[in-house]
Amino acid sequence: MTNIMRQNKTLKIIGVILLLGLFIYYAQNNLDSYKIRILNLCAINIILTLSLNLTNGFCGMFSLGTAGFMAIGAYTSAILTMPPEVKQMNFFMSPMNQHLMNLNAPFIVALIMAGLLAALVGFLIGAPVLKLKGDYLAIATLGFGEIIGVVFTNTQTITNGALGLKGIPQYTNLYWGFSLAVLTILGLMTLLNSSYGRAFKAIREDETAAQAMGINLFYHKSLAFAISAFLAGVGGALMANLLSTIDPTMFKFTYTYQILLMVVLGGMGSITGSIMSATIMTIMMEALRAVESTIDLGFVTIPGIPGMRMVIFSIILIAVVLFLKNGIMGENELTFETLEKAIQRFQSKKGRENHEPTRG
Amino acid sequence: MNLLEVKNITIKFGGLTAVQDFNLNLQQGQIVGLIGPNGAGKTTAFNAITGIHKPTQGKVILEGRDITGLMPDKITKLGIARTFQNIRLFSNLSVLQNVLVGHHLRIKSSPLAATLHLPQYIKEEKQMIEETKELLKSVKLDDVQDEKAGSLPYGKQRRLEIARALATKPKILLLDEPAAGMNPQESQELKEFIMHIRDEFNLTIFMIEHHMAVVMGVCEHILVLDHGITIAQGTPEQIQNDQKVIEAYLGVETDA
Amino acid sequence: MTFELFVQHLVNGISLGSLYALIAIGYTMVYGIIRLINFAHGDIITLAAYFVFFGVGLFAMPWWLAAILSIILTAITGIIIEKAAYKPLRSKNAPRISLLISAIGVSFFIENVSTVVFGGRPKSFYSPEIFKGVIKAGGISIPNLSVIIPIVTAVLLIALVYLVNKTVTGMSMRACSKDMDTAKLMGIDVDRVISLTFCIGSALAAIGGIMWGLKYPQIHPLIGVMPGLKCFIAAVVGGIGNIPGAVVGGMLLGLGEILLVAFLPGLSGYRDAFAFIILILILLFRPTGILGEKIAEKV
Repeated sequence: MTNIMRQNKTLKIIGVILLLGLFIYYAQNNLDSYKIRILNLCAINIILTLSLNLTNGFCGMFSLGTAGFMAIGAYTSAILTMPPEVKQMNFFMSPMNQHLMNLNAPFIVALIMAGLLAALVGFLIGAPVLKLKGDYLAIATLGFGEIIGVVFTNTQTITNGALGLKGIPQYTNLYWGFSLAVLTILGLMTLLNSSYGRAFKAIREDETAAQAMGINLFYHKSLAFAISAFLAGVGGALMANLLSTIDPTMFKFTYTYQILLMVVLGGMGSITGSIMSATIMTIMMEALRAVESTIDLGFVTIPGIPGMRMVIFSIILIAVVLFLKNGIMGENELTFETLEKAIQRFQSKKGRENHEPTRG
Repeated sequence: MNLLEVKNITIKFGGLTAVQDFNLNLQQGQIVGLIGPNGAGKTTAFNAITGIHKPTQGKVILEGRDITGLMPDKITKLGIARTFQNIRLFSNLSVLQNVLVGHHLRIKSSPLAATLHLPQYIKEEKQMIEETKELLKSVKLDDVQDEKAGSLPYGKQRRLEIARALATKPKILLLDEPAAGMNPQESQELKEFIMHIRDEFNLTIFMIEHHMAVVMGVCEHILVLDHGITIAQGTPEQIQNDQKVIEAYLGVETDA
Repeated sequence: MTFELFVQHLVNGISLGSLYALIAIGYTMVYGIIRLINFAHGDIITLAAYFVFFGVGLFAMPWWLAAILSIILTAITGIIIEKAAYKPLRSKNAPRISLLISAIGVSFFIENVSTVVFGGRPKSFYSPEIFKGVIKAGGISIPNLSVIIPIVTAVLLIALVYLVNKTVTGMSMRACSKDMDTAKLMGIDVDRVISLTFCIGSALAAIGGIMWGLKYPQIHPLIGVMPGLKCFIAAVVGGIGNIPGAVVGGMLLGLGEILLVAFLPGLSGYRDAFAFIILILILLFRPTGILGEKIAEKV
């Protein structure tokens, strides 16, 4: 890519980010809280989907530990951002650990700590199990997610056990959510287009050959895994400060499955695919709530079926993997070039239609 | 001093002895061949040298340093690169990217530097791309550099695998059946190619091959393996006339 | 801990272990033949329990009839799952990850459909009188069920081992799991063998599920989830693809879990984590499992 082309691309990206910024400014001030919440969830799910896509899509590892890392991030942020009085109220069954009680930090610090702690645990857990192949790694990471849930339920003085934490300050807003999402997107784009990104993809394509080309599997897999855990931790933290209430049962494998669906739907190995699928699915999940309450079509009322949302989801997952096995984008990205070419083709088609005489 | 010394390596898988007391002395600039019937243990010997299997007994010594049992990526960093019998390219990556991966092992910038596009990384990336393009030109694959590796015809895939191995800047190149599936003209080109890269990149080459025309035409020294045992070694003329080799492998005069 | 108490715990552990073993066999057989972790296997247990529940509750069948029908229905469900969600991917030579994702999707689907159809609230599993009795011998009381379960498991195991090792069908199953392509070339109807594997695995899981319902009479749509995970771990611990291994793994996990809670009641909250810790340990130190064989990858 020549320097001019690179400058052009940077300008276009800055343009997109500015547009996004304007949109968020408008949204934060004008939309109702329900819609804002959905947009926040979109941002969080984009981060989570990219986190899972990094390991599963780009590096070829099958990790199912997202929910576990989210839990770590969520609890870290909650403990760091809740003022001591609120903590006091929460820990009425047994008093909280004194050191943790007095910990308090601004949101940015809480977010970073959430990510770092999740990454650290990710590395510790990952180190022994990363050499496992596909299926085994899936079960091991799934198991780890379960263990985290069990541990958090049993550490009353740290996490308040099964009671969970309430009253977490709601710091998450569209600015936080989307700036972090944009940072994640930009960071991953540069990382994955760099030599390290190529190393990840090489590991995905053929581990043995990658190793024979001098790529240290343990280092690179741990790197991908740790970054992925970091992002999931940040996502969990944003979640905690959005929902204001968390408990160990929230972060079950159900959540990981949903993120997995977003990754598969968007295309394993496509950043733009993940952005699209996370947004589409988050909105769809809310829209589908309609299925769970009665639909009044005027002449007939369809009774709501609770739980139907999830049934539809699982059908989508199976259908995508059976029929659309590369997801929306496969391994390709929606680049400015493809967009421009598509627009050009559309314009020239229209031009032809206007100039062709109608046939008799 | 010998560049590579393989001393008495024996490789056993459970009760099966795949390779027994294998010895090799490679000197800088040599092209040495390893031949033998299928299942003789040739690729296993390769795998022991490159670190995929740890030999049950014996040592592998590179430039005086014991590399026995080191991880494959470490051995590649120390200067031994290889190709595979069943071509193992990164099929979904482009030709350019395949060879670029070969440069990754010597990268000095950290992942953070790469993500932040720090000047040190930009310089390194630029250099890697330049060297890759040079390499592709010298193996005549520059016209397909953006094609997916998996979509190339067989002969080009083999060249690409060799180019990728060359990108790791090895001292020794291990080729596993580079002429497999080639017609007489292609094998002739391959012979010239091997000698060319040996000279241009200052390599030492150790190759497994069944194509007798290629082996006899390009190797200065040949080892013959049968059921894991080295039954003969010597110059091409010596090997061609060795009774044991003829019985076990070469058989009656045919076009290989 | 008194001797009597210990024996009771031991028996309890053996009966739980037997249940785990039955279900683990299904995992190991399927993995052995098509290298897939059938995530949906655990949910089969749930279905079997519900089939019996509705057979007795809705259709007023005698319990034994409901049980038999449930086993048949569950086995058929297993075959349907294979044909609908796994076979299309196998024939397209899809990457293994796609198969795994499909399995997860099926598992998810069953769980959610069950929630919708059966309702999320726990229901009481009906158990006939014979299973409620208790044997008393010298200060030790052992529930009938804790003796019946291991016996049923042992009988089924013997039958299965006979089938796999001494019959022609069993030989084709073993051939397929050793080398699918060669088995095809030898004229074995591979699809039929795979369906049979799913059938047997699901039937065994159904029996496991029904006995589970007898042992833990509160059933709800997610009762299969945790046992499902643990039984896969049991299969891995014993050596995936190895039927006696699955039994060893199941017994180890079942006994271990019960004895952990018995001797260290303070850690009882970590009961579920026990299996996962064993998994990590096995994968680190003996990844092929206790009875497993090393499969070398040809480079």
